[in-house]
Amino acid sequence: MLTARGEGLSGCRTCGRVSPAAEHVCPRCGSELHQRIPFSLQRVLALWIMGFACYLPANILPMLLTRTLGHAEGNTIVGGVIELAGHGAWDVAIIVFLASVVIPVTKFVVILYLVYSIRYGVQLSIHNRIHLYEAVEFIGRWSMIDVFVVAILTALVQLGFIVSINPGPAAIFFAVSVAFTMLSAQALDPRLIWDSVEQESTPHG
Amino acid sequence: MTLAASPQLIACPTCDMLHTVAPVPEGGRLRCRRCGAVLLTNRRGAIDRTLASSFASVILMVAAIFFPFLELSVAGLHKNASLLDAALAFSKGLMAPLSIATTLLIIVLPVIRAGALAYTLVPLRLGRPPATGAARAFRIAEQLKPWSMSEVFLIGVVVALVKVGGMATISLGPAFWAMAGLVVLVVLESSSLNEWSIWQILERAQRQ
Repeated sequence: MLTARGEGLSGCRTCGRVSPAAEHVCPRCGSELHQRIPFSLQRVLALWIMGFACYLPANILPMLLTRTLGHAEGNTIVGGVIELAGHGAWDVAIIVFLASVVIPVTKFVVILYLVYSIRYGVQLSIHNRIHLYEAVEFIGRWSMIDVFVVAILTALVQLGFIVSINPGPAAIFFAVSVAFTMLSAQALDPRLIWDSVEQESTPHG
Repeated sequence: MTLAASPQLIACPTCDMLHTVAPVPEGGRLRCRRCGAVLLTNRRGAIDRTLASSFASVILMVAAIFFPFLELSVAGLHKNASLLDAALAFSKGLMAPLSIATTLLIIVLPVIRAGALAYTLVPLRLGRPPATGAARAFRIAEQLKPWSMSEVFLIGVVVALVKVGGMATISLGPAFWAMAGLVVLVVLESSSLNEWSIWQILERAQRQ
């Protein structure tokens, strides 16, 4: 098994071009070139903490402010899901629940687990961990659904005194939280997962 | 044994394993031997498909922006909302930054991405040398991929419809269907293009 780093080369993560390790910019596509993303795990954790810090108020504060005939009502993310389910719209309730609760929480857990497994050794098989990484990278953007729902409702439901919908502060926190977790997943260098396997299988020294 | 850096080598982006590029038969793909990531594909008309869908997506996006997106009527009152209204819904007060972000995610970034793809691929399709800065344009298109969220937005539209459905009558405007078509195109396009094949073509063309 020959790896780019093992041969004193660095592989570009954007275009796959192999360059001498001394190069800092890929000659083919112009991306920054690193054998491994520097301080990858530190970056991942810093962005993870930002994302998590925003996720808490996003769940506690109201996401939607509905004003019906002068009567104002706030709805949190989970409150909105319960309301949808109460109307009998189970399929949509499940979509929102997946996008706003299951996906973000899973993402937080998986990123933390991957960092832990790289830093302190392996529990799951390498292929399972790569699948986890790919799932986390691919799925994070779908969490934005609820923010867009709020945007559409706000644009649409402005009928003065009868009924109007406005965004609550949680909308900002949630959008920022999703953005930070996406950045956190992008900062994770998947090659580190494979490095941790190599170190296990080859004796040191 | 040490290998020299050459354009004939490809390093797997997920596991760093080195591969020598062999010609991929039409319809075939080259996978990483260690982790199974797809490295190269050779699909017939990949450039054509990508170009067609990126032009179509811009046209649909213009339609989606200017036609009414949704129409709401409650007790004789009517309210129209276009895509722009939805994107700018947060534009008051503290919510302004969020408004900028949604505008970027559902309008600006998808349009920039389509433009950058067209800028890179049109000269290649016509058999001309790549345009100045084609590599930069293609890199931008690549980096914007996770951040252009038109298809996520469409699911949001469906959810919003159901939420409002209880209190008012909703009708779907032409822009809704434009948007639906756009989403299908974006998904198809992202699966038909193999970026690394384009990078190889770009580099080959640059050297000639």
